[in-house]
Amino acid sequence: MVAYFSEIYYGLISLLEGMVITFKEFFKPTVTVSYPYETLPMCDRFRGHVELIENEEGQPNCVVCGLCERACPSGCISLAGEKAEGEKKKVLTKYVLDFTRCSLCGSCVEACNFNALTFSKEYNLASRRKEDFIFDLLGRLEERNR
Amino acid sequence: MSSPIQLKPDETFILNVGPQHPATHGVLRVKMEMNGEYIVNAETVIGYIHRMHEKMGELKTYPQFLMNLSRMDYLGALGYSHGHVLVVEKASGIEVPERAEYIRAIMVELNRIASHLFWFGAFVMDLGGFSPLMYALQDREHILDMLEAVTGSRLTYCYFRYGGLYNDVDDQFVASARKFIPRMRKSLKKYHKLVTGNVIFRKRLEGIAPLSKETCRKYGASSAVARGSGINFDVRKNEPYSVYPEFDFDIPVYHECDSLARYNVRMDEIEQSLRIIEQGLDKLPGGPIMPEKKPKIIKPPEGDYYQAVETARGSFGVRLVSDGGKTPYRLKLRSPTYSNMHLFDESCRGMLIMDALAFMGSLDLVIPEIDR
Repeated sequence: MVAYFSEIYYGLISLLEGMVITFKEFFKPTVTVSYPYETLPMCDRFRGHVELIENEEGQPNCVVCGLCERACPSGCISLAGEKAEGEKKKVLTKYVLDFTRCSLCGSCVEACNFNALTFSKEYNLASRRKEDFIFDLLGRLEERNR
Repeated sequence: MSSPIQLKPDETFILNVGPQHPATHGVLRVKMEMNGEYIVNAETVIGYIHRMHEKMGELKTYPQFLMNLSRMDYLGALGYSHGHVLVVEKASGIEVPERAEYIRAIMVELNRIASHLFWFGAFVMDLGGFSPLMYALQDREHILDMLEAVTGSRLTYCYFRYGGLYNDVDDQFVASARKFIPRMRKSLKKYHKLVTGNVIFRKRLEGIAPLSKETCRKYGASSAVARGSGINFDVRKNEPYSVYPEFDFDIPVYHECDSLARYNVRMDEIEQSLRIIEQGLDKLPGGPIMPEKKPKIIKPPEGDYYQAVETARGSFGVRLVSDGGKTPYRLKLRSPTYSNMHLFDESCRGMLIMDALAFMGSLDLVIPEIDR
């Protein structure tokens, strides 16, 4: 009989203790932000999809060595370049990232020896069409320079 | 425990829990033969999210496969990467700098706490309490922010490399990790007050779903499932790897064998992980994070290699059979939850369905990791 009532007593106390904690939490400042009206800045090392880096003349640093293409686990990078007559270096003519297959591992950036690739800070990527995720990075670079 | 009302065998009915059910935390289907509210027989059906990770391991080169590991278990991703890099390093004889080893241990422990916190929140939510999930996620968010600042991603980290790390930690990380430890200790006290002592919580877990030592051994259970049944087994202590022998920490073992014991083990593990992080930050040596000498192309010599690590969900083993090529001949991933889950079929017989769902929560199942 005593055990029965003491169980009820201590049970009630445990419930009250929990309620006190919840009550205290109620007056603590909000920790969430009301996205999409507010957004948090991305950290410096954030790994978004890749972007090409340009040199001072606005041309991509890429020398079309193809290391990123080979490093990619999912085969989502395809690039092409051509060598103009009399020139020593290849010039990038196409750099397409198939973002539908990209898993943001960063192997391409790591494989690059020419400082030609970086991560973008973009994360608001949503669309109804698959074509929107086939990124023409060279085109994006030109658009940025315009 | 058996049903008070005896029905004839043909009066039982089949109840499908899942593949889409909040209590299974993923696409797990449990076919339950019910006698009223009591389970007569249960059969877990898996394979809904099978992605052929082992086959992918055979087809991709070693560095290309690295990012797959974090997709196996998205809650404790770093532990799985750790197992894989360790076995490849063992096979190809790559030396890891001391600093990298320490950072790895700190990161894995942080990730373990994050995983346990999420489990804690989800488990209590399974039992009907919602607010602990919010408190747990708030603390977990601190860990994710810390990990994001270093690794660049929040969930599917691809941070470990063969021989070292992707990038180094900075002073800011060390400072925020130091700040996190007392914060988490304070939160743990709050959780114990809010949840562990709660009368409803205790009534629903105490003495429910007893798992004997023999059952755990039979199915190869590890992690809190085994340690809640009195088996003192932790890969970090029993087969030490990395820099774990340098740390002073305990393995929480409970002998009650019930759901509450499994809960207690995990909560105590958070405290032990904090101890490891504290010591790791104190001892953190300087130096490089990648070895000076490292083969350009990873080609482990012919042989059979195995390495087990203790992840948040138990003993994760990687067996690598190499034929000397650029890709493994065979890569077997021993997932801990696969063994832990198969206990369920046998142990839930005769249980009330509500208790069975609480039992399932206490096993800490992550379905993509079972199906892999």
